[in-house]
Amino acid sequence: MINAKLERREPSFYDVSERKGILAWILSTDHKRIGLLYLYSIMSFFIIGAILGLLMKLELLAPGKTIMEAKTYNGVFTLHGIIMIFLIVIPGLPAVFGNFMLPILIGAKDVAFPRLNLLSWYIYIFGAILAVASQFMSGGPPDTGWTFYAPYSFKTTTNMLPAVLGAFVLGFSSILTGLNFIVTIHRMRAPGMTWLKMPLFPWTLYGTAWIQLLATPVIGITLLMTVGERIFNIGFFDPALGGDPILYQHLFWIYSHPAVYVMILPAMGAISEILPTFAQKTIFGYKAIIISTLAIAFVGYFVWGHHMFTSGMSGVALYVFSILTFLVAIPSGVKVFNWISTIYKGSINLKTPFYWAVSFIFVFMIGGLTGLVLGALATDVHVHDTHFVVAHFHFIVFGGVGFAFMGAIHYWFPKMFGRMYEETWANVGWLIFFIGFLTLYLPMFYLGIAGMPRRYFDYLPQFHGGNIISSLGAIVMIMGLVIIITNLVRSAKFGNPVESDNPWNGKTLEWTVESPPSLENFEEIPIIDKGPYDYE
Amino acid sequence: MYSVDKLDASSFVEGVDRVFIIILGFSFLFLIVLTFLMVWFIFKYRKSKHPKAVQIEGNTKLEIAWTGGAFILVIALFFVGWAGYKPMLNVPDDAMKITAIARMWQFNFLYENGKMTDSLVIPVDQAVELDLVALDVIHSLYIPAFRVKEDMVPGIEKNMWFKSLREGGYDLFCAEYCGLEHSFMNARVRVLSDSAYQAWYVDTTKVEIPTDIPAWQAGLRVMQKNGCVACHTSDGNKLVGPTYLGVYGHMVEVETGGRTRQVMADSMYIRNSILDPGSDIVKGYNKGLMLSYEGLVSDEEIGLIIEYLKHLNN
Ligand code: HEC
Ligand SMILES: [Cu+2]
Repeated sequence: MINAKLERREPSFYDVSERKGILAWILSTDHKRIGLLYLYSIMSFFIIGAILGLLMKLELLAPGKTIMEAKTYNGVFTLHGIIMIFLIVIPGLPAVFGNFMLPILIGAKDVAFPRLNLLSWYIYIFGAILAVASQFMSGGPPDTGWTFYAPYSFKTTTNMLPAVLGAFVLGFSSILTGLNFIVTIHRMRAPGMTWLKMPLFPWTLYGTAWIQLLATPVIGITLLMTVGERIFNIGFFDPALGGDPILYQHLFWIYSHPAVYVMILPAMGAISEILPTFAQKTIFGYKAIIISTLAIAFVGYFVWGHHMFTSGMSGVALYVFSILTFLVAIPSGVKVFNWISTIYKGSINLKTPFYWAVSFIFVFMIGGLTGLVLGALATDVHVHDTHFVVAHFHFIVFGGVGFAFMGAIHYWFPKMFGRMYEETWANVGWLIFFIGFLTLYLPMFYLGIAGMPRRYFDYLPQFHGGNIISSLGAIVMIMGLVIIITNLVRSAKFGNPVESDNPWNGKTLEWTVESPPSLENFEEIPIIDKGPYDYE
Repeated sequence: MYSVDKLDASSFVEGVDRVFIIILGFSFLFLIVLTFLMVWFIFKYRKSKHPKAVQIEGNTKLEIAWTGGAFILVIALFFVGWAGYKPMLNVPDDAMKITAIARMWQFNFLYENGKMTDSLVIPVDQAVELDLVALDVIHSLYIPAFRVKEDMVPGIEKNMWFKSLREGGYDLFCAEYCGLEHSFMNARVRVLSDSAYQAWYVDTTKVEIPTDIPAWQAGLRVMQKNGCVACHTSDGNKLVGPTYLGVYGHMVEVETGGRTRQVMADSMYIRNSILDPGSDIVKGYNKGLMLSYEGLVSDEEIGLIIEYLKHLNN
């Protein structure tokens, strides 16, 4: 297979289409093209979200007004949250790599419902447009934070309705993708691929899809109730109308906590693909990882109350939510143990995706361990709604999901584009990003413990030092990001063509097909007779 | 945590900080050991040194051991956290009651003798129970040095308690995002000795309105003290509410019970705007943002505010 110029057996999917130009993309039902559509949309939104993040950090460089007014700042953190959560990390890995890789990983030609798949993308774009349009309509950008807490969200004069509707619409995209993946995984696995011969990334997509399917309707209803309340003054949540603002918080977090697992599970799946390949070793504890995936997906439904320890719940509720939160730490810990054991006695190929994967484990551990501080009642009361929480969830959703996304895109880059990224730049980008990331978020733990609340446009002088370090970290991190993205974009067009369909010597099915894959992925559907990471 | 020398700022600090130290200490240990193992494995088993991987599928005993170990550990940590929290749940019977009132973007504290302040003044070594009242949206009363925080939810009766063991001044923040000036919504906590507190408490004479300054300046003071300036400017800029510039003595378009009408902004109108802001809503602004200042601002003070508004016309 290894020869300088790879002879293609079948034309690449990039070269086959009945339509021309952009229509070949936006009317295509090919899972690979849809995956790339998501990749480009998510990347574009991510750049906007990251710039907004940087603006906030610049504002916080000094107390008082630095570069913007309080009103702008409140709009910026709201938009940053909406973009990052609803447009990037929730669709995230499933939409991009799930679409592109899931069928190939299980030996299928496409997902179960290709047209529904394209519809999901359109719904996603429609929701995104609504959310972004809210910025420009009369009334001004919404300033409620991405959580839209009642009753503030009913009092604000800003334009929160379109943003809420946008989130509502995006939920449908999520539900449809989840449904599609569940059916695909149940019905379309290659002959011989029993459940326990399926790779781990599809397994996590499976767990994720169930959460999307079961939990997303709850936020749909909640957001709809919010819209109803704002337009018809019904009085679900607004105490002035006889409603209960705490009810809103329950409904919101019943979805939004499981949503954290929608974000992190596929990230864990991607890491479970990358590590065996670069250790040239089968994954340690395959079944344990599957069980922990399902355990997280299941227990994750019952811990939402830990967002509300200071909202006013009974002692019993506090007790139960706290203990469940601690329990959900166990399967995450088990995964970390298994990943580290996978490296043990491997033959480690030090390449960019591997750096991302191990740095993922490191930041994920910090995110998880600081989660214990938030799960424990005594300490949560002090750090709830402070910068500590901001640091914690950035370690999980940006450190966790973001690092895994970066690892995955470098890992599958040669497969998706048939070209290789520039390795030195990729490593330099990773290192700068990693250092910037830690410098940006570690001081926030300190700031939170010292008592600086979150969503603060201004702060007292005692918080200045920590904020300076954090803001400098943001600048460094953005520099790393620029290097990484430039390298990827450039290499997708001009990178060296791959010399092999399997540059990393991976064992899962995607490495048996051509790079980039042909339209139907496989010339012949493979018959599976061994486990996914068989290096014997 | 907050600052080591104030371990007795409140009776909770010691217990809460112990939980911090146990959990963070354990976390550091865990992080360091696992990171060390990871880096060591990467170094030891890199391809150039270890060209052929040893295939290990797993180890059931090890798997059970670390799952069991993790289980025992997290349950232990849960109980540590619960033990540190429990004292916050039970308000002692002898606690002194103060009502904390939050509105966009100001805290007020109402004492049993009717005294009302904008900073929380309490005696040392005395349990204090705060009844939490939010007038508009959710706020959250947070005193970092005391390690306490509780959301203030409109329409819901809630309370919190603490006991300070050390005289001094502490910061109090609003921790739940509540709109434009959320980050400016803070206050001071002053912990006084028992005698100083008693002296302060019995002195219920209203804050003297200074007579040595012009009435309009006194009016500005009244508005600063009551947090009006968070929503209104005097320079023509519109914040959450209309600017004060050029209001007095001019026609204003308002909505009264769904009907739009023009009214003259005279003394009666201003007075009504302060005491019953929901009745006439200035066109282009939202109802329910400005709340009544009935009982907070006296007639005399309204007179001074009007003087200030008149002064702006010059
Ligand atoms: C939370 C923000 C907020 C605070 C605090 C606030 N106001 Fe207002 N105020 C408003 C809004 C919004 C309006 C316009 C809607 C209305 O008429 O109720 C308004 C209207 C007014 C008007 C009528 C102005 C006009 O152009 O006709 C006066 C007078 C006024 N406020 C005075 C005060 C005074 C005095 C205080 C302090 C004791 C105060 N306000 C505190 C938000 C606020
Ligand atoms: Cu507040």
